[in-house]
Amino acid sequence: MRAPASLLPLTLEHVCFEAGGRRIIDDVSLVIDGGSRTVILGPNGAGKSVLLRLCHGLLAPTAGRIEWNARERTSGPRKQAMVFQRPVMLRRSALANVAYGMKVAGVGATERGARARAALERVGLTHLAGRPARVLSGGEQQRLALARAWALNPEVLFLDEPTASLDPGATHEIEAAIAAIHAGGTKIVMVTHNLGQARRLADEVLFMHNGRIAERAHADRFFAGPATPEAAAFLKGELLW
Amino acid sequence: MDTIQLAFREALAMIGQLDPQLVEIVLLSLRVSLTAVVLATLVGLPLGAAIAVAHFPGRKTLIVVLNALMGLPPVVVGLVVYLMLSRAGPLGALGILFTPAAMIIAQAILITPIIAALARQAVEDAWREYQEQLHSLGAWPVQSALTLLWDTKFSLVTTVLAGFGRAAAEVGAVIIVGGNIDGVTRVMTTAIALETSKGDLPLALGLGIILVTIVLTLNAAAYLMKEAAQRRYG
Amino acid sequence: MVMLRRFTLAVSVAAAATLALPAQAQEKFITVASTTSTEQSGLFGFILPIFQKSTGIGVRVVALGTGQALDMARRGDADVVFVHDPAAERKFVSEGHGIGHRDVMYNDFVLIGPKGDPAKVAGGKDITAALQKVQAAQAPFVSRGDKSGTHAAEVRLWKDAGIDIAKQKGPWYRETGSGMGPALNTASSMNAYILADRGTWLSFKNRGDLVVVVEGDKRLFNQYGVMLVNPAKHPHVKKDLGQTFVDWVVSPDGQRAIAQYTIGGQQLFFPNAGR
Repeated sequence: MRAPASLLPLTLEHVCFEAGGRRIIDDVSLVIDGGSRTVILGPNGAGKSVLLRLCHGLLAPTAGRIEWNARERTSGPRKQAMVFQRPVMLRRSALANVAYGMKVAGVGATERGARARAALERVGLTHLAGRPARVLSGGEQQRLALARAWALNPEVLFLDEPTASLDPGATHEIEAAIAAIHAGGTKIVMVTHNLGQARRLADEVLFMHNGRIAERAHADRFFAGPATPEAAAFLKGELLW
Repeated sequence: MDTIQLAFREALAMIGQLDPQLVEIVLLSLRVSLTAVVLATLVGLPLGAAIAVAHFPGRKTLIVVLNALMGLPPVVVGLVVYLMLSRAGPLGALGILFTPAAMIIAQAILITPIIAALARQAVEDAWREYQEQLHSLGAWPVQSALTLLWDTKFSLVTTVLAGFGRAAAEVGAVIIVGGNIDGVTRVMTTAIALETSKGDLPLALGLGIILVTIVLTLNAAAYLMKEAAQRRYG
Repeated sequence: MVMLRRFTLAVSVAAAATLALPAQAQEKFITVASTTSTEQSGLFGFILPIFQKSTGIGVRVVALGTGQALDMARRGDADVVFVHDPAAERKFVSEGHGIGHRDVMYNDFVLIGPKGDPAKVAGGKDITAALQKVQAAQAPFVSRGDKSGTHAAEVRLWKDAGIDIAKQKGPWYRETGSGMGPALNTASSMNAYILADRGTWLSFKNRGDLVVVVEGDKRLFNQYGVMLVNPAKHPHVKKDLGQTFVDWVVSPDGQRAIAQYTIGGQQLFFPNAGR
């Protein structure tokens, strides 16, 4: 039996997005391939979160095309997942939350339970499996969100500023989990405004400014010497608008 | 003031003696209103959740209409159901006029909008919080609606109780479709109306005290349960 | 979760307990459309158990005003009609809705009024003279205004007194559009005059300052009739059971039961089926 085709590469062609009379994404064309960890950098308001949501399918572009290499299978859990800045947990146990994504896809109870438990262990939260998820700390809930995404065994994981609300200890744990997920073969596309985090995690950088991709480069080269003045200013810590 | 004091004494006397007529009336009231609430919940909860989650033309108008229907006058509902169930009406052959079944139907119609409208509000509030995440995890709209109903279940208990309170308290609908027949369709509210019209005000008020106490107790129990659950589940 | 299960369990048990009530449906029963005066006076509470014991037939009484009772029967929602408005009953029969009409019993109306008696009618024996005095004094008067037998009788008595009440009423004449009991409640709180049937008055408890001011006039005589709803027009009518009830009510047993019903030693209804 042939293995199902990969979702990647993801192709964006002349994608625009407008809302409230403003053009938030302005003629973006790019191809996202598998393998590397892609970090989207840029000042606030550059359109990073919107771009992420467009890729994940939460928003539809007002112009242009967004196309995956293969259709997502209609059966089975989703092959792409997203972790938001603030985790959203249902009023049920941590384990039940991690299993939810599989539940809506109709995965059987035994398999669900096994995969959920495995995911919990990967993020080090096995001891909290039975606790109501919403009473856990911010860092624990975010790890739970990662476990939930991980349990789906996705090809692509989008992350929107996952540690923006967390303390350094929790941030470290999240970054370790992201690295582990990537090591397991999942493509990482992450938005962050934290330069240190970007340096730690990125293989590739997409620098956004005013709704456009201003620069795209390998991480080493980008941080050593960005090609565009805007990127250079950003790296120096200057305000851009 | 005397009437009220007499009323309390009547109420306590009735309860203390467990007067069989009183017991029959109370049990019938509970049976009619609880059954009506169950029916209204089965229809109203999914309906409210569906409206909260779906997008369709005329949605806003439907929400306004649904909210307005919460204020349906019971006597109007009773009259319409009577005309439907009367022998001269379309459903006369069923022969259920002047039976508890007719009362249950009338009350169910009366409170379904309440449950649907309040459920819609609760689910829509939750939807705002969960929408992106549920979409991201691949939940279809129907699954999302069911997930939200389950997630907001403690708020929904309050909604269901509001419906029960309205049903147990109304007299306009059940007196028309039930006929207030002694031993068959006499419930607490119609008994109160009857005793009032006979001028036996202390007895009527006594029955009223019992009715209010029952509804109060149910509400208190639900509130405590909801508080406890909130503390536990967050 | 456990809490919700426990609560749901409690509610389900309560619901099951109430649903397990002995089935209401007696095998045999009829629906009788009657008036509030017969039910609220307690007459039915007294005679119907006797009927049921003797025949095994249950009687479900829906008590409305005479006009409403006849309307309900016209729609076919009753098997038997038992009301007190001979003119309306005759019309009902001529329309083909009722058959086998029999007189059953009579009681009387009384004029009720405040102890203070502003119209100075107390103790009189002539109802038309009293009504004339009430109108002349513009004393507050409560009317049921609800198409009931009592209301019809009241309007007839105004006519007998030479007053076209529809045209000559003023703010002193208050129409409540309600049954006898609620109208008496209103009269009691307004200290107004009101025409009531003796049965309801005797069992009415919220009298305030009201007393009987005029009684005994032959014109205050109030005739009750009973008939079967015409099964030719309404095929589902329980004609055998209904006819059994009609026959019983005018039989010596039924008539005796009616005569035996008293409140405070006073007989309320006087059987006259033999007429």
